[in-house]
Amino acid sequence: MNATLRKLFSFNGGVKPQTNKLDSTREPIAQLPLPAQFVVPLHQSVGGVPIPLVSVGQKVLKGERVGAPDGNYSSAIHAPTSGTVVAIEPRLMAHTSGLTMLCVVIEPDGKDEWIATEKLAYHSLPADEVRDYLRDAGVVGLGGAVFPSHVKLKAGKNTPMKTLVINGAECEPFITCDDLLMRERPELILRGVAIMRELLQAEEAVVGIEDNKPEAVASMQAAAAKFEHIQIVAVPTRYPAGGAKQLIRVLTGIEVPHGKRSTDYGVQCFNVGTAYAIYEAIELGRPLISRIVTVAGNVEKPRNYEVRFGTPMDFVAQHAGVKAGTDSFVMGGPMMGFRMPALDVPVVKATNCIIASSPALFPPPPPEMPCIRCGECARACPTDLQPFEMYWHSRAKNFGKTQEYHLFDCIECGCCAYVCPSNIPLVDYYRFAKTEIWARERQKDAADSARVRFEARNDRIEREKREKAEKLAARTAAARSSAITSGDAAINATEDDPKKALIAAAMARAKAQKADAEHAAPVAAPAASTSESQPNAGEQP
Amino acid sequence: MLIALLAMLGLAILIGASLGYASLKFKVEGDPLVDKIDAILPQTQCGQCGFPGCKPYATAIANGEADINRCPPGGDDGIHKLADLLGREYKPLNAEAGVEKPKAVAFVDENTCIGCTLCLQACPVDAISGAAKQLHTIISSLCTGCELCVAPCPVDCISMQVVEETVDTWKWRYPSFQLKPVATRNAA
Ligand code: SF4
Ligand code: SF4
Ligand code: SF4
Repeated sequence: MNATLRKLFSFNGGVKPQTNKLDSTREPIAQLPLPAQFVVPLHQSVGGVPIPLVSVGQKVLKGERVGAPDGNYSSAIHAPTSGTVVAIEPRLMAHTSGLTMLCVVIEPDGKDEWIATEKLAYHSLPADEVRDYLRDAGVVGLGGAVFPSHVKLKAGKNTPMKTLVINGAECEPFITCDDLLMRERPELILRGVAIMRELLQAEEAVVGIEDNKPEAVASMQAAAAKFEHIQIVAVPTRYPAGGAKQLIRVLTGIEVPHGKRSTDYGVQCFNVGTAYAIYEAIELGRPLISRIVTVAGNVEKPRNYEVRFGTPMDFVAQHAGVKAGTDSFVMGGPMMGFRMPALDVPVVKATNCIIASSPALFPPPPPEMPCIRCGECARACPTDLQPFEMYWHSRAKNFGKTQEYHLFDCIECGCCAYVCPSNIPLVDYYRFAKTEIWARERQKDAADSARVRFEARNDRIEREKREKAEKLAARTAAARSSAITSGDAAINATEDDPKKALIAAAMARAKAQKADAEHAAPVAAPAASTSESQPNAGEQP
Repeated sequence: MLIALLAMLGLAILIGASLGYASLKFKVEGDPLVDKIDAILPQTQCGQCGFPGCKPYATAIANGEADINRCPPGGDDGIHKLADLLGREYKPLNAEAGVEKPKAVAFVDENTCIGCTLCLQACPVDAISGAAKQLHTIISSLCTGCELCVAPCPVDCISMQVVEETVDTWKWRYPSFQLKPVATRNAA
């Protein structure tokens, strides 16, 4: 099908930063040797943290599940190669916070031996089972949001699925992993798209690719000739054309309003890398254990690599030849990326790009100056927000107001900060406000539940007291008053005493146990007693 | 003249009656001020304020019987919010009530617990599960960190452990301003 047949729409705002994409597209995707160790974080996607399935010392095969999804809103984790689990412990995460998370550390045995893999006969299975299968294969959105794909592969309740939008726009500077994947493996991507279209029962699938990638458009178009109802469309190059809502707008003209989902309008959006992962999972039976990663920035030979999850970032970057002056890595692009806390953090499912950063490449930002309310940011915002208002209220920690200005519709694309003449790091303020609001919500939920439980407990205690009093009253009525007063006292005494006696006995037992334990460790005991006796000795003379 | 007077009188009676009816019909149950104050208090139910729980403290504040600076878990933030709500002056936390600490939850040392149920009875939010002579355990997602279970334990097996930050609860820091060195440094 021809790209010109489709009427295209456009979104407001956006910017045109320098793309810096050429260098990393000169060479084909390369494979990497095995590193000495894989550090596979268990939590690599949105949703519940997977539960470890292996133990230290256990042998695993390539593709064997090492983390089971925690509930349906979660995704499994697999071993990237065959080898031995040498540790399951918290390690530094590929996250700006510099915090640790539970990781499975695997030492490769060099054989790189797969588990038994088998094609899934998905035509004959109910859609729910295919979705469960994808969850257990660890397939998540590879565009950067890492949202579990099986959750998204479901049409809205009332609206039939019309258009499946496949995102090959890749608008962020430096990143070329989707570009190379589309050049080299177009047919396999489209086979994944066909599977998704069938699962969603969508009428058509449209692949949107920015028109600065003519090679990718050509190779995808050539492959699409063999498929029905799949159209390849070149879209104008303007950041952030690869935002899900922006691409949906460009390709279908539908503007998804605040608080609605695209499925309510019969549209769903996936990344090309995700389509490829779905092809591998279903047609080859291979779980998601690797992805294409662009290595760019301050390196000799920027290039794309097929990297297994858990490979240390510096191991990957070494192959591209890290140049002197590199002080840190940025994961993702320069607009939306995050600075990594260390060079050896592992590559995860969200890692589409590693940029070796140096002071020369990304000089420290010029000092922040006051907002002059020029409105440039509002003109650049692709989601039609008022960034300066959100900035103002985030800065004043006036979080209610930021939400009135729809802070949570902000996709953190960075267009506003890019154009701001006062160099205000606007997105940092939004991220600060968002995490603050989430923390407050968590606190409020906890307080509400504590209030309910506290009141329920008080009610229960009141009720028990009342019931006791009622029982007592009934007894009083049955017996003579003098007998009761003495009897009652007796009851109280016997009720109290045995309890106290029991506790005393239990305490004595606990003490005896402790004493036993001390005897078992005679070295420690005398040392303790001498240190205790010394001050006493000093006091006596 | 008489007609005008009668008309005004009639109007007055009518409006008075409808206001009276409305006040009965739309009577607000409970005290809305107490609920508003209670919504600000952290619901730790620790009693450090000197009242048996957050609601009683809220009631006392509403009645003007207690100061707004007696809740340590609510901290400075909470005092500011109370001051804003009530139009009172902000005061720093009353040290008599306690100090603001990072949020912690209780842990039972499983090797020492004798199953006496004393902590179970002390917990204001039923966050401890166990039965007589059985090992007790704390459901940490429900624990408010009030520390009321620590003292009653006859074998001292309950300890408070600070809740560590995780990637999910981590907060983006407030964008800081670059401070430039000032030239007057030499003069000092
Ligand atoms: S672009 Fe910057 S200076 Fe202009 S209104 Fe927006 S925040 Fe203010
Ligand atoms: S970062 Fe948010 S506010 Fe700024 S331009 Fe992008 S969507 Fe708009
Ligand atoms: S478990 Fe202990 S610290 Fe936690 S809420 Fe109950 S009594 Fe308070």
